[in-house]
Amino acid sequence: MAKIIVVTSGKGGVGKTTSAAAISTGLALRGKKTVVIDFDVGLRNLDLIMGCERRVVYDLVNVIQGEAGLNQALIRDKRVENLFILPASQTRDKDALTQEGVERILEQLKQDFDFILCDSPAGIERGAQLAMYFADEAIVVTNPEVSSVRDSDRILGLLGSKTRRAEQSLDPVKEHLLITRYNPSRVTSGDMLTLDDIREILSVDLLGLIPESEAVLRASNQGVPVTHDAASDAGQAYSDTVSRLLGEDMPLRFHEVQRRGLLNRMFGGGRR
Amino acid sequence: MKLLEFLKRERKKSASVAKERLQIIVAHQRGQRGQPDYMPLLERELLEVIRRYVQVDDDAIQISLDSEDNCSVLELNVTLPKS
Repeated sequence: MAKIIVVTSGKGGVGKTTSAAAISTGLALRGKKTVVIDFDVGLRNLDLIMGCERRVVYDLVNVIQGEAGLNQALIRDKRVENLFILPASQTRDKDALTQEGVERILEQLKQDFDFILCDSPAGIERGAQLAMYFADEAIVVTNPEVSSVRDSDRILGLLGSKTRRAEQSLDPVKEHLLITRYNPSRVTSGDMLTLDDIREILSVDLLGLIPESEAVLRASNQGVPVTHDAASDAGQAYSDTVSRLLGEDMPLRFHEVQRRGLLNRMFGGGRR
Repeated sequence: MKLLEFLKRERKKSASVAKERLQIIVAHQRGQRGQPDYMPLLERELLEVIRRYVQVDDDAIQISLDSEDNCSVLELNVTLPKS
């Protein structure tokens, strides 16, 4: 039975789409049949991050409105087997999404896939609520920064009240915290919230910690999810995150300042 | 001596300020979770009514709604100033 996971945050620009792309890629690399759905109708971007923007023909709204079949809209990833992308519409507005339509599509996808990732739009409006409504698990993406942490707390409140699991008194949505853009040297100097501060304030289990990394922009420039950059810190951190999502026990990395040796400093360059 | 003290005084780290502010605002947010949408307005209007008779501060009023099996209890706490 497929697991539906929403990637959400409340605040924009914290790394939802980057994370949805990286985690879905990681799951597919482990052989899990995965589909990632862009719920940001009107402002689609997942296709760009996944590098399939020129292959979009039909989208989520076309499928919901019966203008295209699901298989016509699903884009097969060119790099990994078992990975599919369902893009959002660029032209319609978010009212084109209906709860019944989303439910129908998810039920259909559940037959074929192991994991269904829903990349939520920012905010707490209709699009974001529909992205989380049918979720079994939620990955709450948070930056070590006051407005992001506060908004994550708001989202946690909604996950506990405005989802199918909450409304039907089923087991609650399993919540995971994913901290992104973490900068250990700023944490050490006392100018950034620590990992433990954020965990304590939100009281959610930590799924992963992604360091602030040059590799992320490089990945989005190229349209190649950062998980493929296995030499980079962010790529490795996302890979660890995927392992934990699959129930493996992985020690935390990249949360402390990396001491670089002399040789590394001289020849290692800026590639991290 | 004064100079030495000045130099030794540690600047309060911005991250700990952030943490304190977040703890307060998040506790407040959680208090409002699951409340009906009319609660903030009800709170404001109750405060207005009380102020027609007694001058109280904004934070002198606490209002909460607790639901039990088949009834809800609206609890109102107002701290009046010493007269």
